This record gives sequence, structure tokens and C-alpha cells, in this order.
Amino acid sequence: MAGLSRLLPASRAVSSPDQKGVFSTGLSWRLRRIYEQIIKASLFLCGLLSVLTTIGIIVSLFGEAIGFFLRPEVDLYHFLTSTMWRPLGRPVSPDNFGIMPLVNGTLMVAVLSGAIAVPLGLLSAIFLSEYAPERLRSVLKPVLEILAGVPSVVYGYFAISFITPIIRNLADWVNSIAGTAIQVDFFNALSASIVMGVMILPLVSSISEDAMRSVPQALREGAYALGATKLEVALRVVVPAALSGILAGFILAFSRAAGETMIVAVAAGSTPRVTLNPLSSIQTMTGFIVQVSFGDTPMGSINSQSIYAVGATLFIMTFIMNVISNYIMRRFREVYE
Amino acid sequence: MAGQQLINGNFERFLRRKRLIGRIFWVLLLISTLAGLIMLAALLIDLALEGASWLTPTLFTNYHSRHPEQAGMKSAIVGSLIILALTALFSFPLGVGAAVYLEEYAPKNRLTEFININISNLGGVPSVVYGMLGLTVFSRGFGLFKPNSWLVQALNLPVDPRNGLIFSVLGLEMRLPLGNSLLTGGLAMTLLILPTVIMASREAIRAVPNSIREAAFGLGATRWQVVSRQVLPAAFPGILTGMILALSRAMGEAAPLIILGAFTYVPFLPRTIWDQFTVMPIQIYNWITLPQPEYRVHLSGAGILVLVAVLLSMNALAIYLRNRFEKRW
Repeated sequence: MAGLSRLLPASRAVSSPDQKGVFSTGLSWRLRRIYEQIIKASLFLCGLLSVLTTIGIIVSLFGEAIGFFLRPEVDLYHFLTSTMWRPLGRPVSPDNFGIMPLVNGTLMVAVLSGAIAVPLGLLSAIFLSEYAPERLRSVLKPVLEILAGVPSVVYGYFAISFITPIIRNLADWVNSIAGTAIQVDFFNALSASIVMGVMILPLVSSISEDAMRSVPQALREGAYALGATKLEVALRVVVPAALSGILAGFILAFSRAAGETMIVAVAAGSTPRVTLNPLSSIQTMTGFIVQVSFGDTPMGSINSQSIYAVGATLFIMTFIMNVISNYIMRRFREVYE
Repeated sequence: MAGQQLINGNFERFLRRKRLIGRIFWVLLLISTLAGLIMLAALLIDLALEGASWLTPTLFTNYHSRHPEQAGMKSAIVGSLIILALTALFSFPLGVGAAVYLEEYAPKNRLTEFININISNLGGVPSVVYGMLGLTVFSRGFGLFKPNSWLVQALNLPVDPRNGLIFSVLGLEMRLPLGNSLLTGGLAMTLLILPTVIMASREAIRAVPNSIREAAFGLGATRWQVVSRQVLPAAFPGILTGMILALSRAMGEAAPLIILGAFTYVPFLPRTIWDQFTVMPIQIYNWITLPQPEYRVHLSGAGILVLVAVLLSMNALAIYLRNRFEKRW
């Protein structure tokens, strides 16, 4: 309001904007225009920084990754097809640098955590959007969102100190009753996936809920008028109408799980292997990157360059998923607004 | 008559069954909503049981030690706070600037659309990738300042093989590349949280009603006067809330800083932004990876309690600010 009172007498006093003293800063009109242009240019640069960041990511990841592939010990063909990832294996051969085990680990953890987060997140979104009274919702929603704010290293701790012992005891119990021989590694994909599922649960739930709440009320009322029950309205009207938004949320959550690092670094192990057994120790792409960085690898060695090849693969995978998710989300917005 | 009764009877039974299914579904919904909360409770109880008794003053006053009873995370706490301050310092003007540009200045054209899509895609880039970006660009400067690089040879720069180019601007020591320094960490974290800061700021700016802008324009204010004196003050609480939430995310991140080469054993407090550092999540991760249960279970549990306490108070502050200053237009 101070700016307003300073402007008022001035604008009453002047007839042409060329005169000095029109504006409170005391700048002439021309200087003021230049000043405005400078401000606009610097704000534009702030906006452009995001583009520069993307370029920086692409140049640094792919530049170093190309350096990796130009080495005589490795080649792109074996990188994509070999089922062994043994960067410390001797002798160094292209066969030891196959990305498959790491991709296998990443996808397994992402799929398993999705299998936990998707049903729970979708059901809790239906509850929050369609069933819960406003007061209950205003309490439950922020508490659920705390789950997304817990640091991932804390989830990793939770996985090995709480979930892993439960899984192992459960397996022992099953073994003693059924006489099976289920073996659970201390570091295993399942434990990491369970806590990862808990971590991405709020993401699934809040995006799905947003999608459901933007379904027009008239659709629900129309269904009620035809004699539908609440359950039928929720499952046969609201969920299908919000499906594209829900789907976008699923993909986003999947990509988040694929890029998550500390949980898998702590709890999933460091044994890159191609397997479908979630009870065995595995390694994900992010897990490998952290393992290499956490130890002392000399700069320029094959190991320190290999993380860029792995990082570039991860970046491409998550980027494709994000683009698909954004595309679906954009289309869906057009429908209801 | 009889047929009518039959239909009625069937209908009643049908309706009762539907209602029962509806009730079962309701219970299922409630259970899945509570599942997340139960996990949160289990996490907190687990932490309290394992870590609370190790929550001693030594945790705050000592550095990491070979003896778990004497180990602390003083340098990690200080490191986290400095990284937090640097990240806030960089990301606030950059994030708000970008948000102001996109909301108040940007013309509706292809470039603006591209920047928009770009920002939402950056928000989904894994944090390890930001670590690798920071390592190549900030920490190593693309290797341009190594003694054998073309740049150094062409300009005949006096580089040191270990620290690169050291020079002074206005009496302040500068280094290129930035190395494993606090500055590198702050810059990488800034890039990591910028998409979040921009999106939150945009939402806060968009919530300021147009009538305010129009009134100021009507009085002859320039665009920057409208933005700096009317829109930004009105949007400030929202921006601040988003900022704090983004910073609390940065505070819990370990992966990008591990890749940047943050050290796990830092037995000194940093004196300048060029010093090496560690942060709380890295110290905790380091303890989790040690074989002894004193470190792996108890000390890391206590460290997590400190970290979670800091994060919860930051979140509480954000919620308080939102409720205290939120304006309904």
C-alpha cells in the first residue's frame, strides 16, 4: 500500500509520462524502461536455467557414457545383451559389462513396490475422495503425506531393521510347517520393495484422488438417479472417468521407484543378477551408482566411467516414463477444464 | 399379484446383498487407508525402540569415532545446515525468478511451452542423476582445469594439479573447478529442488487475484512494480511454504551428495565453502553399512531421530506459515 500512496499524487500532477519524478524511484521514463527490460531479461534467464539444466544433464551423462563405450574393453552390443555385470571381474571383458542384471533389479523393485502402492493408493484415494467426511479427510491426507517426506535412508533403515526380520521369520515358520526350504537373503529385493511401496503410496494416492475429485459431480448424480449404490458410483463411474489421471499417477510412481536410491542401496543388496526371485539379494542401477561412488574409485577408471553408462540408461528409462505420464496428464486436463 | 411379490422379494434380497457388499468395500477402503498410517507408526516405534537410548549429547558434540559410545555426528549436523543455507540462498531467487517470468512475463509461445514441459520433466529426474550432473559440471568442471586440458594449455593458466585454478575476486578466494566442496553440494541440491520450488511459487503467484494487478496497472505502475510490490508480497507466504517443503526434501537426500564425493569421515568443522563436508543422511548411511550392531542399529537409529526431528519441525513450520498467513481472496 505504501507504493500506492506514493504513486497517487504523482499521477495527479503529471500530464505526460516523460516528466521526471513520475515514479517513486525517481528514475526518468526512459531509464525506467531500460530497468524494466533488464529485470525481464534476468527473470527470463531464471526460466531458461531449467533448459540449461537439461542440456547439462544430457551433455554430462552422455558425454561420459560415450567415453565409456569408446574404451576397448567394452562395447554397446554386450552392454545391452550380456547377462553379467561384474565390473571388477578379471580379465576385463565386454561380457562383464552387461546392463541386464541391473535393469532386472530395478524393474523388479519397481514392479513389486507398484504392486503394493497401486492397490493401496487407489483404494485410499477412493476412500478420501468419495467416502471420507471432510473433517476426517483433512486429518488423514496430511498424515499420509508425511510418508512421502520421510528421507529414503530412513526407509532403508526401516527395511533392514524391521521388515527383513519379519520376512525371514515368516520364511522360517513356513519352512518348519510345510517342510519347504525357502531361503531368504539378509539383503533382499522384497524388503526394499515393501518400504518403497510405502514411500510411493502417497504419490499414487494424491494423484489418483486429484483425478477423482475433478470428475464432475453431475456424473455421480446421474448415476445415483439411475439407482446406483455408492460402491457402483465409485467403481463404475468415478474411477473409469478418472482413469487417465490415475494411470498417469501409476506411471509416475513407477518411475519414482526406479530412480529411488538409498532404500535399495541399504536393503536390496549388491549382487547384480538376472533373477525373478524377490527373496534373493540383487542390485539396481541406482544401487550400483552409489556403491561405486561410496568407495574410492580413481577418476577416469573404468568403474567410475561405468556409472555414467548406467546413469544414462536410468535417465532414458525414467525420462520415457515421465513423458508418457505428462502426456496422459495433459490430455486428461483438457477433458474436464 | 404373486409375480409382483416375487419381484419385490428378489429386489429386497438383491438390495440387501448390494448393501452388504458396499459395507465390506467400505471396510476394505478404510483398511488400505490405514495401512500407510500403520506403517508410519511402526517406523516411529521401531526408531524409538532402537535409537532413543543412544540419543545422547555426544551425538551432537563428537565426530565419528571407532568407539560407538563416543561417536557423534557434529560435522554432519553442521554440514547439513550449511548445505541447507546455501541451497536456500541459491534456489530462492532462481526459483521465484523463473516462476515470476512464467506467470507474469512469458508470452504464450513455443519456447514458453517448452520451458514448462522441461520443468515438469526435470521434476521426475532421479536424484542420482543430479549428483552425476554436479560431479561432472561443478565438481570437475568438465575436466577443463586439469593441467593437460586444451583450455589450460591455450591460455597458459597457472593450475594446481590437485585444486585446479585458484584466484581471488574482490579479496574472496575462488576455485575452478569447485571440487568436493560445500559449494558444489549446495549448487547440485539447488538444481535438484528448483522444479519443486518453481511449481510451488507459480501456484502461489497464480492464486493472487487479477483484480490486484489490474488496480496497480490502472494507477500507472509498471509490470515490475506490480510484481515486486503487489503480487510477490501477496504470494510470499505460499512461496515460503513451498520453499521450506522443498528444502526439507533436500535435507533428507543422501544419494546426490554421495556421488559428488561428500566424505563419510570429516573430523573437522568446515571453515569456508571450499571445504569438504558430510551431511546427516550420509553419516547415517555410513553407520548403517558398518557391521557392528551398535552402529548399524542403535547409533544410526539415534541419528535418524535427530534428522526426523529437524524435518518434522521444518514441516510444522511450513504448515504453521500456511495457516497463519493464508489469504482467502
